[in-house]
This record gives sequence, structure tokens and C-alpha cells, in this order.
Amino acid sequence: MSTAASLHQSRKRRNGVMMTLCVAAAGIGLVWLALILGALLYKGLSGVSLSVFTEMTPPPGDAGGLLNAIYGSIVMTIIGIIVGTPIGVLAGTYMAEYGRFSKLTTVVRFINDILLSAPSIIIGLFVYELMVRPMGHFSAIAGAVALAILVIPVVVRTTEDMLNLVPNALREAGTAIGAPRWVVIRSVAYRAALSGIVTGILLAIARISGETAPLLFTALNNQFWSSNLNAPMASLPVTIFQFALSPYEEWQQLAWTGALIITLTVLALSIFARSLTGRREDK
Amino acid sequence: MSAVQEALPAVRGSRDATVRRFALTDAIFHAVTRAAAILVLVLLGGVAISLFAGSWQALSTFGFSFVTSESWNPVTEKFGALAPIYGTIITSAIAILIAVPLGIGIAIFLTELCPRPLRRPIGMAVELLAGIPSIIYGIWGLFVLAPFLQTTVQPFIISVFHGIPGLNSLFAGPPYGIGLLTSAMILAIMVLPFITSITKDVFDTVPPVLKESAYGIGCTTWEVTRRVVIPYTRIGIMGGVMLGLGRALGETMAVTFVIGNAHRISTSLFAPATTISATIANEFTEAVGDLYTSSLVALGLILFVITFLILAIARYMLMRIDARTGA
Repeated sequence: MSTAASLHQSRKRRNGVMMTLCVAAAGIGLVWLALILGALLYKGLSGVSLSVFTEMTPPPGDAGGLLNAIYGSIVMTIIGIIVGTPIGVLAGTYMAEYGRFSKLTTVVRFINDILLSAPSIIIGLFVYELMVRPMGHFSAIAGAVALAILVIPVVVRTTEDMLNLVPNALREAGTAIGAPRWVVIRSVAYRAALSGIVTGILLAIARISGETAPLLFTALNNQFWSSNLNAPMASLPVTIFQFALSPYEEWQQLAWTGALIITLTVLALSIFARSLTGRREDK
Repeated sequence: MSAVQEALPAVRGSRDATVRRFALTDAIFHAVTRAAAILVLVLLGGVAISLFAGSWQALSTFGFSFVTSESWNPVTEKFGALAPIYGTIITSAIAILIAVPLGIGIAIFLTELCPRPLRRPIGMAVELLAGIPSIIYGIWGLFVLAPFLQTTVQPFIISVFHGIPGLNSLFAGPPYGIGLLTSAMILAIMVLPFITSITKDVFDTVPPVLKESAYGIGCTTWEVTRRVVIPYTRIGIMGGVMLGLGRALGETMAVTFVIGNAHRISTSLFAPATTISATIANEFTEAVGDLYTSSLVALGLILFVITFLILAIARYMLMRIDARTGA
């Protein structure tokens, strides 16, 4: 009897220890998140002022802003989305509609999932070999193409998933009134899956707006204002990279402020994207 | 709807023409979507081919010694990838060692212990952690974590392990703050959300009746987790770990900030080192000479092959879990 009781005690104790460790793990994760966001707010907020958004990146040791970097990031992100989204949506459409049971779909899904987590610096090297080397110089358009390649797998994945959630009865109803397949896809399936597809696009924007590695040797960087797509262009992440590693205090402060801007943008996009589909999950 | 309106006049005219027109437009749309899907395959193929073409010069010059040589000398144009490969593998391995227990712990907390109203917010916080760009982790690591490690943690560890053989070379000074261990810690924070959310998702696939029957014979929460949940989801957890490993291996910016970019292999975890991606990020735009550039692309090719294999294994494992729950 006493051995059974002590066994019971030791099992309970072990359970208590392990569950405490699990709570501790969750605590560590949350504390880490809080530490990062806290440092970012503390160091970044002190540098936020109007001049950050109205002045160009300064020469070393001077005050200035991030206007050209913010502009470059927005331009390249928009082009990347405009190029990448249609390809991603169409590919996702094929996988969920025409080729739902084809072998091609299985292969594309597998490869797409690998592209989804492939190192972004590899994409940078690819675009360097594809565009920068033949053109002979770095350019904003090469940076935008690198970002577009990162957009595609995100959009493919969400589009396919969301179209697969559309009930087949809806498609059958469309077909039953004589609409051809592509009209059913356009007017029924896309409409039903719209919020999900938009979520995917927003997540893709969130993903590329902070990407640095693929821009390092495609768009390079630019100390000055440039709206020429065929020339090197500044971007917020690359500017942060350059400024943070510099020995100048003004530059480091701007790097923190830029980091805060990017993080807030990305967090806002992710939360907004999740709120679009979140309602459905809650039922 | 619009399709019907479009169709109406045509129906009055000729039904055959309409059917033919519909068939044609449908075939076009089918072909366009199919082409987009094939483009995804072409992209990956293009990446492989361009990396191979770009690295050909370095690989043909150095041959197999490229991956066994430690020297990296742009002046004499002697390049070997051993130091970056070593740094990549060591930092990722340590990161996984830190992140896996934490990630599984958080997943158990979220599925078994967490009060219901808190589940969604905490789960969402973990996923937001995954969305933060890597450069943010880098700047935080460089300005916050590294000075902290340099002034407090590292001197303490060095003094504690000072006289112990083996450990004293693993934790040898001086405390730079930046280096292998700091990079590994940053990587651990970065892959933690991936491992956590996948582990949580596969934990949710365990049929409740399995867990309930274990509870029914008097098992504790830990015993249910250890004997039922984890064995049932083993492949899925492995898939999540491999996915995290793939991320860690290829992670660039966060590591570039805190690795120190030193092309040498040191036994000390506190020593500056380099990884494949950090080397490319640091040196690519400054590389003069075709052989230098080609060697950097060859590093990229090695990274691509390693991550491709790891990610392929990860996806294969996760697909097996999906197949089981789908059946």
C-alpha cells in the first residue's frame, strides 16, 4: 500500500515539475518577445520626429531622415506585389480548381512549400545572376523582382488553401446554370474565398517589407533620392543594416527608428490580415 | 449574374457558337493557370541552374578542396568553405537544441494548461514573433543581447569553467559578446515560433478519445503527453523541427549582425565566426574578381543544397501527418 502511495506521489511530483517547466517555457517565450519590443520602442521612439519622414538619409555624423529609404521600400514592395500576386493567385487557382487531383499539383505544392522557407539570400543570388549580371549594374527593378519571387509562394499557398475551403455545392450550382468553369471560378470561387486571398496578399506584403538579404545585391542602396527604377535604390531594411553597423551615433539612432517603423508596419499588417480570416475560425 | 447576361444575346444567336466560345475561354484560362503553376517549378529549377552556373568557376578551380579547405583569402584568391559551413552547422544545431524543448514546452502549455481565454492571444503572440523581420532580431542582438552577454554572462561562464578540461576550451575567452553562441541564441528565438506553432498544430490532431482513455485509467497530464500525444505526433514534431532547422541554416541578417564575420574555426563558442549566409551578405558587393564572386555563389549553392534537402525531409514528414488526419 505504501509503495503504491509513494508511486502515486512521485508521479504527481513529476507531473508538477514537467508542467511547471512548460509554463516556464511559455514565460520565457513571452518575456523574450516583450524584451525585443520593449527595446525597440525605447530606442526607436526617442528618434521619431517629423524630419525622419521628410529628410533624406544623412552623410555620416549629420542629422537627417529616412525619406528616400521609405520611398524605395514602398516602391519596390508595390512592384513586387503587382508582379508576384497574379502569378501566385493563378498558380493557386490551378492547384485548387483545374488540377486539384493532378500529379502536377502535388509536385508544385511540394516545391512551393520549399520555396516558402528557402533562404531569401539565395533568391538574391539568383536575381543577381538573372538580372544584375546581364544588365551590368544594380537596379531597383532587380530588387522588386527578388521580392516578387518571395511573394509568389506565400500567395500560392493561401490561395490554394482558401479555394479548397469553398464548398463544392457552390461550384456545382454555378455549373448547373450553365456557366463555364472559368466563370464559376471567377464569379463564385474567387468571391467566396476573397477575404482569404486578400489575407495571403497582406501576409506577403508583411513578409517582403522587412526583407533585407535579397535586396543587398540587387537594389543595393542609395544615399540620395532616386525614383529611377533602372538605378540602385535605397530601402529601409538595407539602410538599417548599413546604419546599425556604422560607428556613427546619428546613423545608429536612425537605424533603431527605421526598425521600429518596419516592425509596427509588419505587426499591423499581420494583425489586420489575421482579423480578416479570424472571424471565420471563431465561428 | 454577369456570365448569364453575357450569354443571353449569344444564346438567341447560335448556341453552338456560345458553347465554342465558352470552351475556348475556359481552355485559355486553364492554360494560363497551369502555366503559372509550372512557373513555380521553373523558379526553383532556375535558382538551381543559375547558382550552379555562377559557381562553376570556383568549383572547377578548387574542386573538392573547396569544401575541405579552411583558408579564405581574397588577396591570394584561395577560397575554402569549411569555416562558413562549420559556423552554419554549429549555430543552427545549438539554436535547435535551445528552441526544441522550449517550443514543445510552449505547445504543451498552450494545448493542455493554458486557460481557454488566453489561448488565442498567446498563440497569436507566438505567431507575431514569427512575422518580425530578421533584421530586427539582428539589431536587437547587436545592441542589447551582445553587450549583456559580454559584460555579465560570458565572464561568469568563463570563470566557472576555467579549470575544467574540455569545457574550458569550449567556453574560452575573451568575451567578445558577438560570436557563435550569441548567433545561436538569436537563431533560437527566431525559429521558436515555427517549431511552436507546428507542434501545437500537430498536437491538435491527436484524437481526443486517445487522450481521454489515457486520462480515464488515471494518467497524469505529463504521462498523457509523454506516452500518448508525443508518440502519436512524433513525425509531425520532427517535421516542425526540420522546418525550423531549414530556417536557421539559411537565416542571414540576424546572424550577420552578431556572428563577427571571422573566417576561422575555433573550438570556443564565444569566438567570432562566420556562416555561409553571413559571408555572402557581408562580402558579395565588395568582392572584386570573378573567382571571389564565383566562390561566394558556390557558398550559396552549398547552402541551397543543404536547406533543400532539410526542407524536403521536413515537408515529407508533415505530409505524412496530413495524410493521416485526412484519411
